[in-house]
Amino acid sequence: MRYLPLTDEDRKVMLAKIGVDSADELFSDIPDGMHLDSPPDLPMKATEMAVDQALSRMAAKNVDAGSVPFFVGCGAYRHHVPATVDHLIQRSEFLTAYTPYQPEIAQGTLQVLFEFQTQVAMLLGMDVANASMYDGSTGCTEAVLMAQRVKRGKKRAVLSGGLHPQYRDVVQNQANFGDTDLVTMPPAPDGNEDILAQLDDKTSCVVVQYPDFYGHVRDYSKLAEQVQAKGALLVIVVTEIISLGALKSPGDMGADIVVAEGQSIGNGLNFGGPYVGLFATRQKFVRQMPGRLCGLSDDADGKRGFVLTLSTREQHIRREKATSNICTNSGLCTLAFSIHMSLLGEKGLRELSGLNHALASNLADKLEALDGIELLNETFFNEFTIRVKEKKAVDVVDALVDKGVIAGVPVSRLLPGEQDLDDLIVIAVTELNSEQDMDALPKALGEIVNA
Amino acid sequence: MLNNQGRPTVAEKTDSPVGSIETFTGNRGLQIEEPLLFEVGSLDNCGVDLAEMPKHKNRLGVMARDSDIGLAGLSEPETMRHYVRLSQKNYSIDTGFYPLGSCTMKHNPRLNEKMARLPGFGNIHPLQPQKTVQGAFELMGDLSHWLMRLTGTNAVALSPKAGAHGELCGMMAIKAAHKAAGSKRNIVLVPDSAHGTNPATAALIGYKVRSIPASDDGSVSVESVLEVLDDDVAALMLTNPNTGGVFEKDIKKIADAIHKAGAYFYCDGANLNALMGRARPGDFGIDAMHINLHKTFSTPHGGGGPGAGPVVFSDALAPYAPLPYLRRDGDSWHMVETREGIEDDSHVPFGRMVAFHGQMGMFVRALTYMMSHGSDGLRQACTDAVLNANYLRASLQDIMSLPFGERKCMHEVLFDDSFLKGTDVTTLDFAKAIIDEGFHPMTIYFPLVVQGAMLMEPTETESREALDQFIGTVRNLVSRAKAGDVDYFKNAPVLAPRRRMDETKAARKPVLRWSEGMEG
Repeated sequence: MRYLPLTDEDRKVMLAKIGVDSADELFSDIPDGMHLDSPPDLPMKATEMAVDQALSRMAAKNVDAGSVPFFVGCGAYRHHVPATVDHLIQRSEFLTAYTPYQPEIAQGTLQVLFEFQTQVAMLLGMDVANASMYDGSTGCTEAVLMAQRVKRGKKRAVLSGGLHPQYRDVVQNQANFGDTDLVTMPPAPDGNEDILAQLDDKTSCVVVQYPDFYGHVRDYSKLAEQVQAKGALLVIVVTEIISLGALKSPGDMGADIVVAEGQSIGNGLNFGGPYVGLFATRQKFVRQMPGRLCGLSDDADGKRGFVLTLSTREQHIRREKATSNICTNSGLCTLAFSIHMSLLGEKGLRELSGLNHALASNLADKLEALDGIELLNETFFNEFTIRVKEKKAVDVVDALVDKGVIAGVPVSRLLPGEQDLDDLIVIAVTELNSEQDMDALPKALGEIVNA
Repeated sequence: MLNNQGRPTVAEKTDSPVGSIETFTGNRGLQIEEPLLFEVGSLDNCGVDLAEMPKHKNRLGVMARDSDIGLAGLSEPETMRHYVRLSQKNYSIDTGFYPLGSCTMKHNPRLNEKMARLPGFGNIHPLQPQKTVQGAFELMGDLSHWLMRLTGTNAVALSPKAGAHGELCGMMAIKAAHKAAGSKRNIVLVPDSAHGTNPATAALIGYKVRSIPASDDGSVSVESVLEVLDDDVAALMLTNPNTGGVFEKDIKKIADAIHKAGAYFYCDGANLNALMGRARPGDFGIDAMHINLHKTFSTPHGGGGPGAGPVVFSDALAPYAPLPYLRRDGDSWHMVETREGIEDDSHVPFGRMVAFHGQMGMFVRALTYMMSHGSDGLRQACTDAVLNANYLRASLQDIMSLPFGERKCMHEVLFDDSFLKGTDVTTLDFAKAIIDEGFHPMTIYFPLVVQGAMLMEPTETESREALDQFIGTVRNLVSRAKAGDVDYFKNAPVLAPRRRMDETKAARKPVLRWSEGMEG
């Protein structure tokens, strides 16, 4: 087997050194009756060529996003990732290193994390950011738990109806098992809801999304003040991080905790993972923050360097009293994010955001002009919601696939059973959509809604 | 007993034997000092060319950005140099031996990377219509099949994002099963030797942790379990082989006792590399176990993630497995994403762990690895991993100290610091001296059940030559410590990109981001 360096001669010499006759003896602690006499009933070893061919055949059964006009978003976005990013993250020293527990020989990873934390804090408009979470949805859950730690004893958390339905489900799941009294607002496709009415003096946080699941860009500045006046924290969730190049930051609005999905920068679609959760807060809450943190320090010669810090919050030290059970973060995805962000810089990010918005706005114009289509948004960034009057969104999206267009997400896929939502489609546009794409969708959609 | 001995965190200021050589740049040959991104980049610099923005109606409303973010940019060549230089300050499995116990730092095959980047896997969206991603479902179905066959179970949840997230998934299924049975049990048993994630996970869903002391040989006996087992116990969380590298001989008896008491058995699967192809956790009586694809199945650790932590379930817990899950409908696959989509009433998922379907990128890599090895290759890999660990043990036990006597180990071997007694050299000092020799140190101060722990896990992908070099190095360092060369250890490392870091300073007044005019 090509990955195993020991030869039979090596094995013989080593067994002699150990003082046993066969390798089987090394497994003698396993009780009788639990040994497998032979390998499990699965295929035997295969050549690199054979594996490559088998998996390539499987991959070819999927319609990849680059092969058709493609407008799917809702928390994962198809953006261009520069070739430099993918090359650099495959550097052996980044790809095959462990968590930087020995800082003297992990300064590469550590400095990247320090730079990443800085980029994230700036982008989200907050004081401090951690070294990443698994993704946006799990980060959202951690934010709700953190708010409860900050606001000791207050168990209520209120989720906006504009929050991504799967994020809501993930938070709901943790609440079902934990100690959170969760209030979920009904879906709000028109972007309006009275969330303040749900606040009481036992509320630790309110969670809103920006831009929201349906694409609306709302100003939460006033809500932040009102929530804070009631003694709770405002958590703002961002699922399309590139929007913040064109929009004011959550910090500008007065958010206390900001959670984001960072996939759009540096990371491919990958069918949903691995992604990278961004998590930031105010300086005064830093000791209640979950996840790894990298901090500045000196070495014995007084040279600047970086270490993992405040680990007394973490499970390997605090065990059952830790702020979270998280051990692994999204190391390599943070690196990809940070490299792409460095390539973009202020100038590139602002241009990229502008381009996304411009293309989306133009597509919205074209779709709005079709009979039978209603645009729900007055404001949006690169994603908006349309109503396909008197049709079911699922059928329309399905029919579009047959016309070679992958159009967007029927809201009913994520929120089944809500009748007034079954004619809504969320459509995302990015810099990767060509002019041909922008013509293909209105043409095909027009044919279907007017059929 | 858990020991309270922490690892020292303050770097003592000492003279560096090689510190006398000063260069103008601060660089030392191939070791190049690299400033922070924010010290070299600027607001105007950019390494990406974008198309012109077309004319459009602005729909951002009042929230349109009107001020700078402050992000530093670099051109493409500057970016390349910044990150390549940083990479050179890292140790990695591709550079050399990385015997971190409990972490399974094995070779990461590059075919895995190539397969994960096929557009049909890497460039598909989790919410595009299901009929356009049948190949992705097929891959997830195949991966599930391999995981179930290897562990001797009939159900698996793929979605958890990492090991600790898998633990959470398994424990949630256990709590859901108790709830369905009307039971209000609130205690989870966790041995002192467990990973810190185990008690943290139990606490996260409202369980109280009751610890089980290790017996004299470092393992958990059925008697010690029975002593703390009562009607309040919901589950036991046990790692097997344990964190001392020892197979828990009583495991089946423990599982039977746990089941008889009406509780469930959660097995931490971090050490599956010691069993794969030779024994099946399902046969031990486990009810749930996470599998770290980034350990056993070679997906890269990436400097701390991403991982993936699928969970296998016993038949008793299978109905509670979370959303989403795959269903085979004749010739096609269907992903059940919501409760409304459930057709089989016997399935009562406890909920959803993540948005979307899990770490697909890691699934592709792990399946590539499994198919390459095949069933026979995985069994051989497991055998070689255990052989390598025992070879280290046999080659070092005469000069180091085994806390539980000279007995066989599984895939990793645990030493304590008693061999350093009277030398003034600590486990930390010893580890730092190993750095100067060009190796990554073993895991230190874990598990907590022995003093000054040193846990070595060589994995199957190390050659005998690599092991011999490490053994020679460690033997030399032990002699050096015993000969009284304390300063050598206290100074170490002197040849790494940085000398010992002051962790106390970092924690006292944390500086967690760059800012204009930052000191340092």
